Amino acid sequence: MEKNIRQGRVWVLLDSAGKIFEDIDTDQIYHNAHLAVTDPAQMGQYALGNLEGWKDFPRKCRPGDILVAGRNFGAGSSRQQAVDCFLTLKIGAVLAPSFAAIYFRNAVNSGFPVLRIRDLPPLLEEKKLATGDVIRIDVLSGIALDVTRRACFGIEPMSAVQYDIFKAGNLFRYGKAG
Amino acid sequence: MGQTILEKIIQAHTGDEVAPGKFVWMNLDIRSARDFGGPNVVGHYVREYGESAPADAKKTYFTFDLCAPACSLKYADNQQACRDFARKHGIEVFDVDRGVGTHTFVEEGIARPNEIVVGTDSHMNILGAVGCFGQGMGDVDIAFAFKTGKTWFEVPPSAKVVLRGLPSPAADAKDLALFLCRELGTKKIALRAAEFYGDAVARLGLAGRITLCSMITEMAGIIGFVPGREAGLEAEIKKYLPGGYSPFLADDEAGYADALELDVTGLPPLVAAPFSPNNVRSLAEVRGTKIDSGFIGSCTNGRTEDFARAADILKGRSVKRGVMLKVVPATRRVYEELLKLGTIETLFRSGAIIVNPGCGGCAEGHVGLTGAGETQISTGNRNFSGKQGKGKTYLAGPAVVAASCVAGEIIGPEDL
Repeated sequence: MEKNIRQGRVWVLLDSAGKIFEDIDTDQIYHNAHLAVTDPAQMGQYALGNLEGWKDFPRKCRPGDILVAGRNFGAGSSRQQAVDCFLTLKIGAVLAPSFAAIYFRNAVNSGFPVLRIRDLPPLLEEKKLATGDVIRIDVLSGIALDVTRRACFGIEPMSAVQYDIFKAGNLFRYGKAG
Repeated sequence: MGQTILEKIIQAHTGDEVAPGKFVWMNLDIRSARDFGGPNVVGHYVREYGESAPADAKKTYFTFDLCAPACSLKYADNQQACRDFARKHGIEVFDVDRGVGTHTFVEEGIARPNEIVVGTDSHMNILGAVGCFGQGMGDVDIAFAFKTGKTWFEVPPSAKVVLRGLPSPAADAKDLALFLCRELGTKKIALRAAEFYGDAVARLGLAGRITLCSMITEMAGIIGFVPGREAGLEAEIKKYLPGGYSPFLADDEAGYADALELDVTGLPPLVAAPFSPNNVRSLAEVRGTKIDSGFIGSCTNGRTEDFARAADILKGRSVKRGVMLKVVPATRRVYEELLKLGTIETLFRSGAIIVNPGCGGCAEGHVGLTGAGETQISTGNRNFSGKQGKGKTYLAGPAVVAASCVAGEIIGPEDL
């Protein structure tokens, strides 16, 4: 598959009441108890380990899966492990209305697609996007398709810098290329 | 078109056009890593750049403030890996004796007005308190910064926040910060640089500015600046900056994405209830909540003035039996000042546990963690679910924490 295209099964990060989690912080994504871990291969098992109802995520996710979260995803700390844990699990992308600034940078620098999704609340309310759907996104054009429902929705394409780093693989490769 | 404070700082570090939304490559004055993130920075560096020297070892630092001294074998290994790397390249380490890295940078005159300092600490933007653009970054960013001395950055829009009136005498800088956490939430200054104006902030000393600026992260902001200042602050900051203190001011015609006005007249002490720093309540709403422990310290409230406030309450009083009050000075220098002033003795006599300088309960590795069922009141900056353990954490200023520890339940100093 073309590098710009990501296709995978969706996990919408909902709480026990069925409401989308907003302001998910890095301690919910990757708890500080595991910050001494330096081997990326060991990080996947802790992904979403402190997000209520999602502790079993590392066991139930599959490579290519795509996460959909509420606004301000990745609030809190600067820990790269909160990105690395998803890379270890080969998660395809995270879509959210907005990301915390440091988290967004960390993801960009690791070549991990984090993309702003437009009008998420109505998509969820009108059940146009739900866990289990297969979606296909083009990170460059911003065209997103729910393959299961045969319906389009909007994501913001990557910015030029984000795309250049993504294309190179990560900030280190990009730095050498540029 | 004029420029905001952050736009001016970035402009002084890049040849690229600086305007909101533009991507620039900016030169960094200081880059640093902690014991969290640091070993990963070293790992990336060695993998990508081998034995080669960093761009400028004299502008590169390690600060060990989270697990200090190391309390697990893994952290001992991680810190030593950073030390070995630092020694090889001639990089200075502010080791486990020194305390919070950002505070050490201010005290040592390393974080200077109008300069750019980055590190693996999401509260690096505390440095806005001295007019410095501090920014937390992950280990990939920092490894790249060690090697190249630069980074890319998307220039954020700025927001102008004007505070009208003065808080009540019972309220301190933390109450102001919590008020802003409530009013601004994680939306109103999200991904923006905020400039705070008004007498309520202009009169803040360095400690108060640190408290306020440290919680910009909890408002999802990039950084906060407090351009207004009174003469006392000048003298205070010059203690650390012999070269003088002349931070950039925004141009009159600077462009702001948002202009907000808030009234803080008579603001009382506030408390953030679990599980968000933005879940801010009046004291009346949480008064009487039983507590098991208290924590005074952190990058938000770990200055000499913060402990003095607590000591004022605790002098001649005792922490209630069965309540643990943990006290963590931000830095070794603060610790020394507390010794000289007798503050440590007052706190000790009240029953507080005095711990060596460091970050405290924000992460596993220092003190301030909670067990399941435990309720803590803390001067820290975050109380996200599970962060400090399975207990519940309330956030407040040092006076409220001290008073609550005497009572064994959440109360204000005036309730004693």
